[in-house]
This record gives sequence, C-alpha cells and structure tokens, in this order.
Amino acid sequence: MNNVTLVRKEPSESLFREDGLRLDGRGLDELRPIRMEVGVLNNADGSAYVEHGKNKIVAAVYGPRELHPKHLALPDKALVRCEYRMATFSVEERKSPAPGRREVELSKVIRESLEPAIFVYKYPRATIDVFVQILQADGGTRCASITAAALALADAGVPMRDLVVGCAVGKIEGKVAVDLSDVEDKLGEGDIPMALMPTKKVITLLQSDGDFTPEEFKQALEMGIAACEKIYEMQRDILIERYSKVREEVAEEQEEE
Amino acid sequence: MGYNNGNNDDDEVEGIVHVVETEEGKFFFERFQIVIPGTLLGKGRFKAGEGCYRENDDFYASVVGLADFREGFIMVVPLEGIYIPKEEDIVIGTIMDTRITSWRVDIRAPYEAILTASNFLDKPFSPVYDDVRDILSIGDVIVAKILSFDRTRDPILMAKGQGLGRLHSGRIIEIRPTKVPRVIGKRGSMINLLKRETGCRIVVGQNGRIWVSGRSFEDEYLVVQALKKIEREAHTSGLTDRVKDLIRNEKERRHKESE
Repeated sequence: MNNVTLVRKEPSESLFREDGLRLDGRGLDELRPIRMEVGVLNNADGSAYVEHGKNKIVAAVYGPRELHPKHLALPDKALVRCEYRMATFSVEERKSPAPGRREVELSKVIRESLEPAIFVYKYPRATIDVFVQILQADGGTRCASITAAALALADAGVPMRDLVVGCAVGKIEGKVAVDLSDVEDKLGEGDIPMALMPTKKVITLLQSDGDFTPEEFKQALEMGIAACEKIYEMQRDILIERYSKVREEVAEEQEEE
Repeated sequence: MGYNNGNNDDDEVEGIVHVVETEEGKFFFERFQIVIPGTLLGKGRFKAGEGCYRENDDFYASVVGLADFREGFIMVVPLEGIYIPKEEDIVIGTIMDTRITSWRVDIRAPYEAILTASNFLDKPFSPVYDDVRDILSIGDVIVAKILSFDRTRDPILMAKGQGLGRLHSGRIIEIRPTKVPRVIGKRGSMINLLKRETGCRIVVGQNGRIWVSGRSFEDEYLVVQALKKIEREAHTSGLTDRVKDLIRNEKERRHKESE
C-alpha cells in the first residue's frame, strides 16, 4: 500500500522553469502578490477581504455578542466560534455546498490559531463569531484565512494581544520554498502551514504534511517566520491607512478653505 | 514565551522613531497616533488604561485606536468596538420580550438587559391584576439608566425619573458606540451645537443609539447628516467647527433652493 501515489507526477513536468524560478516566476523565498482591504461588509462588526495570490477570501466578525444557544456559554470567558467555508465555485470542480470533513477541521484549526490572541476573559458568557468564506482557492487558504480573520477581528474592535498572520512553507523538488501555490502543494513533497503573533513572536499554528529532515524543517521555520513578518507589515499598513486616509482628506479640505 | 526571546535588546526596539521620556518611563507614540493591536506603546512604571495591556514593564495596544497618555495612564481610545454596559450609563433600548413582571431589553450589548415593572412604574405592580404587555409591548423604545451590571449578572435597567421612560415619536439613529464621546464633545460642546443649530431635541444613548425629534423632517435630517460626518471623522481634530460649517452651509443651500 505504501507505494500507491495519489497524484501522479508526469516525469516531464517540473515545478521550476528553465531559469531556476518557480512556475509563476517567483524565487524560493518570494510571496505571491497580496492585496488586503478592511471594512468591506456593512452588516458585520468587522470584516476583511484578502487576495493572496489567486486566493480570494472574505472574513467577517460578529461580536462580542449574545450567545445562542445559552447552554454553550462559558462563565468566565467568551466563546470563539469560527466557520471556514468554501464556495461551490471556489475550486475547478464544483465543491459540494455541504460542510465536509476538511472544512470542519480547518474551522477548528483557524479558531485555535486566533484564540490565543484574543482577550476572551473580557467578555464572559458572550461569543465572538468569525466567518471565513473562500471565494476562490489556490493553495494555502487556511493561512490566508487566518490573516484575513485577524484583520476582521481588529476591524471589529475586539481586544487582542497582537494580530495573527498565516503563511505556509513547503518542499518542492527537494527545495524548501515559501507560500506554495495549488500546483506546488499538490505535486510537491511537503507543506508546513504556520501562523504567528508577529510582535509577540509566538507561534499559534504549526502543522506539517510530508517529509522534512530536521535541517529542512528548521530552514522552513525560519523562512516562514520571515514571510509572516512581511505579511504582517501589510496588515498593519492597511489597518492604519483606513483612518489616516480620512485624516488626510480632512486636512486637504481645510487647506482648500 | 516567544520563538526568539532573549535576542531582543531591551533598549533598542526596532522601528520606533518617536520617544518621549517621562517620570514613569518612556513611551513611543505621538499623542493621538493611530495604533493597532500589539503595538508597543511604552516601557516603564505606567498604568494600563483602556485599550492597553501590560506585560512585565511593557505596554501594548489591544485595539485599533488613538494612543494617549494621561496622568500616568497609557491608553488607546478605540475606533471600533461594541457597547459594553457600565453602571450609570444612559442607553436607548428596545423591548424584545415580556415576562411576568419584567421586560427583556436589547441595548446593543452582548448581554440582554432586564427592566422590572417596579423600575418603570410609579405605582405598585401586581402580576395578578396587571399585564406588563399593556404597559410596554415588544418593539417599544425606552430611554433607561443602567442600575447594575457585572461579569456575572445581566444589566438591570431603571426607566423612571427625569429624562427616562418610553419614547413616543422622533427617530432613532444608530452610530458606532465608540464614537459617542465625540457626538457629545468636550463638556457637551458638540451635542449643544447640534441642538442649537437644528432646534431638535436629541437624546444620546451611550450604546450608540441617538434619538432625534424636530419640528420637520428637514431639521431631523440635518442632525443625521451631522452625525454621519462625526462618525466618519471622529479621529480628526477641529471637528466641532467643521460640523458647524456643514449645518450652516446646508441651511443656506436649502434656503436658496426654496427661494
């Protein structure tokens, strides 16, 4: 049974181009282009939209709000609930709209990587609901979801120790590479999704799939941390920009007068 | 805790430009600088105010907001967030449900508030002869004061007394609760300006619900426009003057149109 390969790799297919770069033209430690936006949904208390390469993700946060059903309430802290869901059109072959094993699992993983950052003890008996919708998936959605969810939490004004950033590192053709795309994830040898609180320097998610030697793992961790810190800077800038923009507009208006 | 703790030199913190030294220690922000969760705000013997938390001698922001330093406290004035009940707050609530001798009231908080009949009526209430639904029914809007609230118990309301009670007319505008202090202004400067310029009666609930009642729709709409501006530009300075200009310009424009 050990010899069964689920995804057959064509011998001619390589994940590297002739010039040594990856198929989408990136170097080994290069991220895909990332775009972020906060406050995209009017009905949510906080929301964010993240484009991480071809991934398109909307995150919405409600709360802290009243918890129903009441029997779930925790007497000393807020309950954090998270729902990760993929749209039927998010992948090439239509995804069944029913929540599958993978979605339930990722919901839990995302919740557990966000919870250490939230001051849940401030809101006993209440709940904080995080919804993550994948509009388009292209590898590394759980990490991009964490990035988006953290932005949405900050936008909702939920008190947090720090933001949370997610990024994956993987191994393709024996080389450790940052932020795998869908093809690289499927044809590569391994994948380490991770999330961390960048100013606190605390890792809140670390999974591993595939084979890594201790040296490779160490290298992957370092590359992942560096990548996360790059994404964090974008998160920080987008959160500040939202308000500094209004300030600038007002200053301009006043100058005109 | 932390994956490279010990490597950080305590005095050299990366990316910090602005340092102010005080008796209690150093802080690293300009007044009203926009900060995000996790921003290092200061090191020393400060006290941690709202929107700020402390780890050993380091002080960090916990919300998106404006950093401030006042009387030994480092604090962050939040820009987003929900309403958390506080004793003595005046709030505007909606009746959600009735019980035998009380009402459950939505006050836009994570906790449902309770208004007992004795806290609303001046005369004694007997569940045998009286029905709470004859007094307040679901959907009615009240101005109330929070009598008590803590972590373990839901807020209890008081709705009798001056300025409290059921609202019969006018309109309710909802803004983000974090912007309420701006709507009131320093010593009520903003709210008094709105009342004076528009001639409307206004009640501001700390939960971000604002009741407006004027002589005409136009007057009330002026207040709505002003509130939207205040909500959007809450973190800028000189707002009272700009709101005054907005109302005056708008009045002038309408006056011209009607001529």
